[in-house]
Amino acid sequence: MKNKPLNKRDLSISTILYRIFTFLGIALTILVIVSIIGYILITGIPNLSADIFAWEYNSDNGSMMPAIINTVIVVLLSLIVAVPLGVGSAVYLCEYAKTGNPLVKVVRLTTETLSGIPSIVYGLFGSLFFVRFCGFGLSIISGALTLAIMILPIIMRTTEEALLMVPIGYKEGSYGLGAGKLRTVSKIIIPSAMPGILSGILLGTGRIVGETVALLFTAGSVAAIAADITKSGRTLSVHMYALSNEGLHIPKAQATAVVLLVIVVLLNGLSAVVAGKLTKSKDKESK
Amino acid sequence: METNTNIPQNENTQTSQKIKMECKNVDLFYDKFQALKNVNIEITENRIMSFIGPSGCGKSTLLRSLNRMNDLVEGCTITGEIHLDGQNIYSPQTDVNNLRKRVGMVFQKPNPFPMSVFDNVAYGPRTHGVHNRSELNNIVEKSLRNAAIWDELKDRLHKNALGLSGGQQQRLCIARALAVEPDVLLMDEATSALDPLSTSKIEDLVIELKKNYTICMVTHNMQQALRISDDTAFFLLGEIIEIGKTKELFTTPKDKRTENYITGRFG
Repeated sequence: MKNKPLNKRDLSISTILYRIFTFLGIALTILVIVSIIGYILITGIPNLSADIFAWEYNSDNGSMMPAIINTVIVVLLSLIVAVPLGVGSAVYLCEYAKTGNPLVKVVRLTTETLSGIPSIVYGLFGSLFFVRFCGFGLSIISGALTLAIMILPIIMRTTEEALLMVPIGYKEGSYGLGAGKLRTVSKIIIPSAMPGILSGILLGTGRIVGETVALLFTAGSVAAIAADITKSGRTLSVHMYALSNEGLHIPKAQATAVVLLVIVVLLNGLSAVVAGKLTKSKDKESK
Repeated sequence: METNTNIPQNENTQTSQKIKMECKNVDLFYDKFQALKNVNIEITENRIMSFIGPSGCGKSTLLRSLNRMNDLVEGCTITGEIHLDGQNIYSPQTDVNNLRKRVGMVFQKPNPFPMSVFDNVAYGPRTHGVHNRSELNNIVEKSLRNAAIWDELKDRLHKNALGLSGGQQQRLCIARALAVEPDVLLMDEATSALDPLSTSKIEDLVIELKKNYTICMVTHNMQQALRISDDTAFFLLGEIIEIGKTKELFTTPKDKRTENYITGRFG
């Protein structure tokens, strides 16, 4: 058989086209991200001034400090409700329910449907159920409960996936030593799935921080730190929406966007650090 | 089917010949598929019993029935009786966790938990209520010594077990199983994922362990069965074809199928 020459073949038309298209794809993606972030930073940074971090909001300073604090409160409240529920149901589905149990199908279908619902529908539901029917009014608690329902499917999904990734050998090892189900789940399975569970929680947090419309209908848009959870209060995204909607403080809205962007980047960075810490601490001394 | 379940008493061992575990008419189904057919077997104390046979012949299934690991498999049903010290482990009164404490298991793939060496070995004792630090220290050291890995690991007790080599991980898993002081140790192809040197270390270890434990192992490696086991059972399609002392089974097999298998004509 005759050997083929080792020289590179001349590039065919299809190879060249393929290269052009893949390059265009990458370039376009980077361009979009860079221009959004660039726009936010360029328009926002010059408007960052001390008065937008003032403790009190008034129509002059357009301060975002109350909104930041409300955001933290809403995030914490929603997580307090959604994390135990989401992680608990995921553990039940993965470790306790038998395959073919009709309940499992119903719960899976429900979560899939829930995760596909637009946030305005959550807003309407929250407004009708928590605000009116339960009588919580436009309040932090109504908003937090609505968002808890909204992030529940995210947390359940990621937790379930993380649980399914736990090697079967860990379970067998634990059962093989005479450990019961509760001990195996709490000491072996959940700790092994922890990085995945945390990333789900942080995803949910990101969703809460970025949510506007569902909160507008449930938590209202009062621009002050909510004195307690039955009072109305705006989060950062709602604040930004309100500022740009009113049209009086567009530069302040742009500055708020910078802060929001920084928070989201910090959250993502934190999730990476936490996941890394968890896996690394296993390599180090455990004592 | 003729099975020779009598283990002669004239073996030159000084140990007792008490029957530790016994299977009586065991049938096992995975849904409709029958994986074990009327299995009868006696496992004698302080001896090494090996199960050999081609893939899918039911040897691992039987091994995993001996500490009810098959309970974890959905659609698995078992009939007949399996006794540990004369008590039926499939009776409703059996506490499965206690059973698994007494019948420990080492798996094909080393499966240390993602925690420190110390915590791995201490997991079993902690599960069964030992929390005293000095007591745990003693158990961990003793178990690691018994698994012939103390010298290698004594300075790395608080390092993550996943950083160990495969052979060390498997000996750690043996130590972990020994830490709950089982009577019987089941080994499911425990050396098949390891290099020859680690395999030979574990084989030496197993021979050492039979002084204090009853060992039952599944192996694909007939040389290994011949090297270390006292008794051998040959499985084919869910049935025990032949069972007897290892040397006799390998030199003068009574069944034509056993002869074919051990001479490498199939499997």
